[in-house]
Amino acid sequence: MKKRSTAMLTIFSFGFAFLYVPIFLLIVYSFNDSRLISVWGGFSTRWYTALFEDEQIIDAALLSLQVAAISATFATILGTLAGLALTRMANFRGRLFFTGILAAPLVMPEVITGLSLLLLFVSLQELIGWPGTRGAMTITIAHITFSMAYVAVIVQSRMLTLNRSLEEAAMDLGGRPFRVFVDITLPIISPAMLSGWLLAFTLSLDDLVIASFASGAGSNTLPMVIFSKVKLGVTPDINALATLIILVVSIGIAIAGWIMFRQNKSLSQQNT
Amino acid sequence: MDANHKMSNTREPQVSDSNSNVQSFIQIKALSKEFNGFKAVDQINLDINKGELFAILGGSGCGKSTLLRMLAGLETPSSGKILLDGEDITEWPAYERPINMMFQSYALFPHMTVEKNVAYGLQKEKIPQSEIDQRVKNILDLVQLGTFSKRKPDRLSGGEKQRVALARALIKNPKLLLLDEPLAALDKKLREQTQFELIKLQEELGVTFIVVTHDQEEAMTLASRIAVMKAGKFVQIGSPTEIYEYPKNRFVADFFGAINIFDALVIDQDDTQITATFDQSELTLKAYTDKTINIGDKVGIAVRPEKISISKDLPEDSNLTTSKGIVWDLAYYGNHSIYRVKTESGQIVQVSTQNQKRSSDHLVEWNDEVYLSWEQNSSIVLLD
Amino acid sequence: MAESMTNHQQAFGDLLWRRIVIVLPYLWLILFFLVPFAIVFKISFSDPIVAQPPFTPLFDQSQSFLNWFQGSLNNYLFLLEDNLYWVSYLRSIKVAFISTICCLLLGYPMAYYIAQSAPTKRNVLLMLIILPFWTSFLLRVYAWMGILSTNGIINSVFLWIGVIDEPIQMLYTNFAVYLGIVYTYLPFMILPLYANLERLDLNLHDAAADLGGKPLQVFWDITLPVSLPGVIAGSLLVFIPAMGEFVIPALLGGLDSLMIGRTLYDEFFVNRDWPLASAVASILLLILVLPMVLFQRNQAKSAEETS
Repeated sequence: MKKRSTAMLTIFSFGFAFLYVPIFLLIVYSFNDSRLISVWGGFSTRWYTALFEDEQIIDAALLSLQVAAISATFATILGTLAGLALTRMANFRGRLFFTGILAAPLVMPEVITGLSLLLLFVSLQELIGWPGTRGAMTITIAHITFSMAYVAVIVQSRMLTLNRSLEEAAMDLGGRPFRVFVDITLPIISPAMLSGWLLAFTLSLDDLVIASFASGAGSNTLPMVIFSKVKLGVTPDINALATLIILVVSIGIAIAGWIMFRQNKSLSQQNT
Repeated sequence: MDANHKMSNTREPQVSDSNSNVQSFIQIKALSKEFNGFKAVDQINLDINKGELFAILGGSGCGKSTLLRMLAGLETPSSGKILLDGEDITEWPAYERPINMMFQSYALFPHMTVEKNVAYGLQKEKIPQSEIDQRVKNILDLVQLGTFSKRKPDRLSGGEKQRVALARALIKNPKLLLLDEPLAALDKKLREQTQFELIKLQEELGVTFIVVTHDQEEAMTLASRIAVMKAGKFVQIGSPTEIYEYPKNRFVADFFGAINIFDALVIDQDDTQITATFDQSELTLKAYTDKTINIGDKVGIAVRPEKISISKDLPEDSNLTTSKGIVWDLAYYGNHSIYRVKTESGQIVQVSTQNQKRSSDHLVEWNDEVYLSWEQNSSIVLLD
Repeated sequence: MAESMTNHQQAFGDLLWRRIVIVLPYLWLILFFLVPFAIVFKISFSDPIVAQPPFTPLFDQSQSFLNWFQGSLNNYLFLLEDNLYWVSYLRSIKVAFISTICCLLLGYPMAYYIAQSAPTKRNVLLMLIILPFWTSFLLRVYAWMGILSTNGIINSVFLWIGVIDEPIQMLYTNFAVYLGIVYTYLPFMILPLYANLERLDLNLHDAAADLGGKPLQVFWDITLPVSLPGVIAGSLLVFIPAMGEFVIPALLGGLDSLMIGRTLYDEFFVNRDWPLASAVASILLLILVLPMVLFQRNQAKSAEETS
């Protein structure tokens, strides 16, 4: 027994190091004064300065943030409705099909999703003249489409653990379906919606392939700029950018973790 | 018929350590198990004979499951020894012990059919498939599950699952079968029926059974001997009658059904014969204890509700212990009635009477002044 | 009268709410997910032309159906003839398959270890597995460029110790692609496995050991089969996206590490042959339909079992 758990711990530690060493190295490199990765040129923050002077990166970051915020919001609304439809609406026609096309974007290779959306936009433009140009708008639509599935999955799993009798009690007391949703369901699933939003935001911020297809000339998201830079090799200011992103994500996770910890604590206190 | 069977069985009181000169089938010696400094099982000694149906009884967290798991080899003892048929098996892994276990949740393998579940243990012994098939068939017939062999566990009822688990544990002909709360997951009616089936099966096969349970009724009806466990130790070991009629202390007395306990003062003592006063009564009786009792000690005098008679007039027999009180509450249960009588000292005493006659002579009513009386040897002295 | 009016309005409101809940996401998915596939399929039958957009009109009524059909299998015939595409598809399947096996071999013990930990520790470990997933995927792949390159950290260390005399070419090789895919998709393997192993009834292990199963046998007989839905879910969650992966072969792979995602991307953006790219996508989708359906059914089945 002992021997087995030691072996397990070894594999676990190895896997863990495998996940984290690259990230750790990126952070170290970002403070390397030298342009070469093989040489440690001393501690420096010059790549951070360079990063903030790079207008292309700043513009791309702003565009990405804008797209991510809007698409995450719409994806959360649509995903929540979809999750609700699957858990709370009695069997409606085409339910199975609905489940299918809702989950498909989760596993669909990005190249296919991207290509198909671009062809849709081009065809629509041909037919009805909309969308006139491809840019922030088309990227946003594309991102809503593939991230709403993630929100739906999160909301759905929360709804499944939610005690149905809460809503039934509200209805029994005279609540109409919509009011019951607003008064009872929404407050309970709001943490799930928040995690859904955060996930949709992150996915949008991270997406390269679909955005490349959906965007037209001139509108480049942050991943697109990063990709064009690193395609040719290691670029120190991208190390700095990566470090900043990791920092922001870590802070975000820490806050979310803290909120969740406090919620769990108050929940378990309520239960006892 | 089943009741007869129970009566005819060797269930007369027997002294628990009378068999020390003969080597017991299972010997547990100073067995302990610690979890991070917490003693789940604390220096347990126990001898069990071949073919016995032994029950370990205790509340949750008393260490009974840990003890069972150590016997199965699923938990390594911190110290102590386990001997089976004279052989020290303390260090043997679970998969080498000729001991099988029926798990509380049954632990049926969900991806295997009933047949495969039952065959699993034999397959690990590299027995030829034809023999396995035959033995699986036989045991499934024995537990009346022959027609269910191709079903998966999720398509069985609770009672069927229980029987599959039993068949799976029995098919290897273990020297010892461990049963962890074997009836807990069944509903009341099924439980009673299964109880008798278990006893019958055990007698037919002659396998030694150790049952762990938190249910005193289950322990009393199933087992020929019971060990009552508390905080990792055995409080008392004995036959069901012994434990019911002569509980060693308040914990055991309380655990087995209802009992009235009076606080009493020892005023005289002669060997194991003591005289005590309580509630204005005086009583001389034998104390079943190895501890010495001194004059002036405070003890408990306990008496079971069904041993007490209730009457409006003072009984004439002077050998009876009597007490006086007012009927505080009464409940009619059909076959018996329960009275709650408040004595002059303010203690509530519970009395249970069989309703042998129709209720027209149901004399005692609420707020009646009544006398309670019981034979002296119905009283039990409790020291702690 | 007034009361019945409000009743009507309320009933209408209830119906409207129900409609919105179902219809809104449904319509969105049909418009932006399903219709696009139909268009891809349609365009895969058209001819490339040098124009904007670069394919023959979609809704051209002048040709008869038969003419159109004969003329339009061209793209598929071309795919059959040109080795490039065959090689890309087969290589993608191979790379995705081997990467999935590697993820499983590494991910299973990890998921098992987490599931066996104390509940408080479990959540922290799980969080640490998910954490990298929240940082940029692109940047995490990029991090390997710095590690694997000829003047990267691995080569530097090896040269310094003296294991090797000259740098090994690791970046821009198939090895780097495998490494990148395993690295990126490992959490996708661990999470469904963990969800499954966490629910595993440890009494089953005890029961199997009690019946004579040695530890390794218990694993084969009980643990693995019982956790099979988790294995399937995790494997498909790695296999399907890995199959169409573009970024990893593009950044870490060499010129010969052709994978279909990259071929499609190049066909589209570099050669600008949209109909051919559509045909490539259609066939890729066809290959992936089986694992996707398998995934859906597996999910539905395990959801049923847990409820």
